[in-house]
Amino acid sequence: MMTDSAAPPSKPDVRPMTDVDWEKVLRSGALAGLMLSFIAAIGMVTVLDERTMIDPWLSLGYLALVWVPVFFGFTAASEPTPDGGISPVKGERDLLSGLVTGALAGLCFSFFIVLIDTYDMTDIFSNLLPRLVDLLTFDRGIGVAAAIWIVGCALLGLCGGAAQVVSARVKRMLSWAFVGVAIVAMLEAVIIDLSQGLRVEFVTDFMYAKNGGLTTGAAIILGAIFGAAGFQSSDKTFDQRRQERMSQPKEVLLRKNMVAAGVAILAVIFVPMVVGGLTNELLANVGLFVLLGLGLNIVVGSAGLLDLGYVAFFAVGAYTTAILTSPLSPYWVPELTLDFFSWEDWFWKGWVIVAVVLVMAAISGILVGTPVIRLRGDYLAIVTLGFGEIVRILFLSDWLSPYFGGAQGVTNIPSAAIGPVEIQGTSSQSIFYLTAVFVVIAIYVAWRLQSSRTGRAWSALREDEDVAEAMGINTTAVKLTAFVTGAVLAGFAGMIFAVKVGSVFPISFKLLVSIIILVIVIVGGMGSIAGVIVGAVVLIGVLGGPTQPGLLQEFGQFKLLIYGALLVIMMLKRPEGLWPSVRRQRELRHEELNQDAWLTGTPGTDEEEDDA
Amino acid sequence: MPDSKPILEFRGVNVHYGPVHVLKDVNIEIRPGEMVCLLGGNASGKTTTLKACLGMVAPSSGDVVVDGEIMTGATTAQIVAKGITMVPENRRLFKRMTVKENLEIGAYLRTDRDHLDDELDAIFEMFPRVKERLGQKAGTLSGGEQQMVAVGRALMAKPKVLLMDEPSMGLAPVLVQQNFEIIEQINKAGVTVFMVEQNANMALSIADRGYVLQTGRIVLDDTAEALVANEDLRKAYLGDADSA
Repeated sequence: MMTDSAAPPSKPDVRPMTDVDWEKVLRSGALAGLMLSFIAAIGMVTVLDERTMIDPWLSLGYLALVWVPVFFGFTAASEPTPDGGISPVKGERDLLSGLVTGALAGLCFSFFIVLIDTYDMTDIFSNLLPRLVDLLTFDRGIGVAAAIWIVGCALLGLCGGAAQVVSARVKRMLSWAFVGVAIVAMLEAVIIDLSQGLRVEFVTDFMYAKNGGLTTGAAIILGAIFGAAGFQSSDKTFDQRRQERMSQPKEVLLRKNMVAAGVAILAVIFVPMVVGGLTNELLANVGLFVLLGLGLNIVVGSAGLLDLGYVAFFAVGAYTTAILTSPLSPYWVPELTLDFFSWEDWFWKGWVIVAVVLVMAAISGILVGTPVIRLRGDYLAIVTLGFGEIVRILFLSDWLSPYFGGAQGVTNIPSAAIGPVEIQGTSSQSIFYLTAVFVVIAIYVAWRLQSSRTGRAWSALREDEDVAEAMGINTTAVKLTAFVTGAVLAGFAGMIFAVKVGSVFPISFKLLVSIIILVIVIVGGMGSIAGVIVGAVVLIGVLGGPTQPGLLQEFGQFKLLIYGALLVIMMLKRPEGLWPSVRRQRELRHEELNQDAWLTGTPGTDEEEDDA
Repeated sequence: MPDSKPILEFRGVNVHYGPVHVLKDVNIEIRPGEMVCLLGGNASGKTTTLKACLGMVAPSSGDVVVDGEIMTGATTAQIVAKGITMVPENRRLFKRMTVKENLEIGAYLRTDRDHLDDELDAIFEMFPRVKERLGQKAGTLSGGEQQMVAVGRALMAKPKVLLMDEPSMGLAPVLVQQNFEIIEQINKAGVTVFMVEQNANMALSIADRGYVLQTGRIVLDDTAEALVANEDLRKAYLGDADSA
């Protein structure tokens, strides 16, 4: 209990100017300056400058810097209350905090620019090139540049501070406008792709400048549209709306879900026909990782077994397909091609490969699973990590190279076909359809398993293994079921991957793949099917996969940095994931509420002392 | 009833954890319908005895016999299927699952899954509170309610023998009393109860018979009345103040 909780503090409408938390402002300013210097020093500004956001004055490189003073200005002005909320008392002090924070950030950054201008440090920091200096000094003198940065950052910081003061509605309007324009600018390639498919090129001709980037006029119009939309939008958060949706009667919810599923299926069928090759390639990659994510989600999300060697099953699926179908492999079966529903030939032969992949993946799941299944927690993670590497090294080894081709891999994997439609690795559209079929199967399986007896047993296992065992759950068998189900889905993904790429190499199955799949599951929301899809879209579609380029190709070399930053931010701000399962969201939010309740001394939602 | 065949029997059971000899030649016989308690201080092997009942630790020699069938070496699932369930120490519910899901897990091995509602109804009759809390997370319940769910979860398996590990642990005195009344009620309904307890007074007040375990060996074995009257035991466990 807080001692002073009885007397509520008086709440003046405007805090006096003098009430600035200088220590925090100083800290935020220095941090922002460091952040700016870091972003510049890793070469992000130089690389991203190639991409114009708004022609001709804003490049992605500058955008990578601009958000920093705004953000730190915003946080420096915020004053959290003991319950984790933001103090309702707003005023000039917020503006001042933001302004000073921004100015400090600009000052620090100016020092950095002077430093790299004076000393040549390219031996150690290879990205501190003269080009960077030119960019950061706007091709003017260093003094002018410093002044521009200090004043500019101060103004941006002021904007951040001001965001604390303005009403929620205005804040929403501004953030919608800003984020909306940024997204449309980033999605340039896809939008042009789509407009060509729909034969409405004149729209994009107006929107985007010739050498990339939104035109200034289009940016203003879009900003106005998004701003208006933001102004009109309801002030409920995504989660609140979701909660409302969930509290609807079951039948209504079911009907709405059916409609949503129908729309999704239609979109999956028709969108690839409209969009061009680039978007289809992205969609195919996303689909592949959705499949992998769904599989790992069963292992990690449902059963709580942290498997860091998941890529092994992906590799098994890919190599099985390669060995059976490539004419260069010693075990080539010429009769077997990935031919689904072909009328002339043997009708089921494509499914034979699917069956073989299924069996091989399941066997490898059992082989890897059986020895490690008795381990728990960290031990399991480390041992599976080892197994994942062992599988990759086996495929790479000279010993097995007569079968798997060693580092040369297996090439010449033929295309697949669904009836008359031939699926070639080169045609991402058909690959996407093939992926979609398996994703739909996987979603159905995952969905059915969640509410099944096995699904319950997995939950129990995740919660308390000893008690689950005492309840008569055969923990070994149930864990192995999760392992094998996940392995089979990864095997299918491997099969599609082999057909898509046309060749398999051990290098494609690095540890990084396992980690990225895990990040998809965590960022999306553990245990949530929709979360996996959201996670895959964000990570693979937007940022790009381990080898696959994403929408923001420019970010390619900073991908891992952004993954890492994203993971840290998620753990701090939204540990339940972007689109969590209802169950998990309740868990995490609930715990938080209880902690807050303890802090503020208000009664929690769960403690009830009424056992008379 | 006393001369009927034992439903749960330890025949000279020895358990080792590595070099440590935890249970030494333990003989226990529990007959259908009885309420038996196992008393003992810390580290005397009480919990290990229960684990051996459920096959969660393997005896190095001797046999655990359930309903006339030697179950040594059987898996926990097989033993649970024979009708033995446990209410674990400190209740240990699946805190993030709902009360209903907890109860359903209790019936995990039931083959007659169509009749689960009968058990649910019986549990609701015994604990009306559980019915109100059905959709709630088990972790958000009060201690007393959690105990009800833990007992309910075990009863969902329709057990012949209910093992109770320290039922009074971590509960307020009022609740301990209430809890023992519940155990008595379950026993009256025909379920054999084997209870491990440190609170010897309370346990002996409702039990038919008791065993006293000391550093892994059964040192006393008598009816509850005789144990209460036993001078040595009173000194060791009951405390003279209580016997006055």
